Amino acid sequence: MRYLDPHAHMVSRTTDDYRAMALAGCVAVTEPAFWAGWDRSSASGFADYFRQLTEFEPTRAARFGIDHSCWLCLNPKEGHDRGLAREVLAILPEFLDRPTVLGVGEIGLNKNTRNELATFEDHVALALDRGELILIHTPHLEDKLKGTRLIIDALRHAGADPDRVWIDHAEEHTLGLIRDAGFWAGLTLYPTTKASPARAADMIETFGADRLIVSSACDWGDAAPTGVPTLALELRQRGHAESLIRRIVFENPCDFLEQCPKFRRPARG
Amino acid sequence: MTGAEIVDRDFLDARARLLDLAAFLDRLDRAADGAGRDDPRVRALLDAMRQLGSTEPGRVARIQVALSDPTTEPIDRLPDRGAAGAWTGAAHGADR
Repeated sequence: MRYLDPHAHMVSRTTDDYRAMALAGCVAVTEPAFWAGWDRSSASGFADYFRQLTEFEPTRAARFGIDHSCWLCLNPKEGHDRGLAREVLAILPEFLDRPTVLGVGEIGLNKNTRNELATFEDHVALALDRGELILIHTPHLEDKLKGTRLIIDALRHAGADPDRVWIDHAEEHTLGLIRDAGFWAGLTLYPTTKASPARAADMIETFGADRLIVSSACDWGDAAPTGVPTLALELRQRGHAESLIRRIVFENPCDFLEQCPKFRRPARG
Repeated sequence: MTGAEIVDRDFLDARARLLDLAAFLDRLDRAADGAGRDDPRVRALLDAMRQLGSTEPGRVARIQVALSDPTTEPIDRLPDRGAAGAWTGAAHGADR
């Protein structure tokens, strides 16, 4: 089974993880810019990170036959620092022009502060001005429901086209909100937070597969790099058709990502 | 899947998770200072657990909502800590 992992923080992962993903059938990853676990001290730190995402990481992925593309931004966790945000937004356009950058992301909210919201709105304005796709991080745990509502309100106010926006880290209480508003929704698979493969399968059964994207996240915390094929196995064990599984792990992410002309749809195999 | 197939496949996993939850509460009772049960997060968890006795579908979403921040306005100051897993009002920041 060939699949995409469209939200995968591979800078956090070892070569062994790339190998495990390739063996499981992964043919492409897209990597959003995110928080490193510590706050960067300057915009130049982000410039180095953007170079890592656009120069080094595609080379590392290619060794395992995996296409690597990415999303760039200042992440929501550091978005509260408005001064840093302005400096990073100033250097962002030159990196967005690079050939493997698919859009602006993962932007969004973390603790739902006014500063975070202002930085989010600045990123959305930049993305709309340039015609970029948008990938959104919704907050964690108890902050997710409120943050998702604030994000949807801000996107509506900005006039964003829901077809070109993917709102990620949805769970049972936010998935309906996101899809009812017309956006693409994402499920990220984690052992303890966000969605387990079993709960993701439950949500697919409950909400259907339209405008739904699943990812392993692969971040520096407790996350399995083979979350997507684990979900595929869960669906297969429940008796779902291979056509549904292929739609979720391959066709859906390709359909969304193809709206960016830089994205190359992998062969289905 | 039929109901019987779901029970056959998932019952032991659900049973183990229920025992883990009970063991967590027992562990808190044995804590040296005896204070864990008063933690707002634990109180929120115990309150949300009432959904397990519900006969209405949508238990997961209702538990998620019960543990979520119910306010609607962005906050002014960044709280000292990250997400705790349960909204506990003033414990999250004075300006909420």
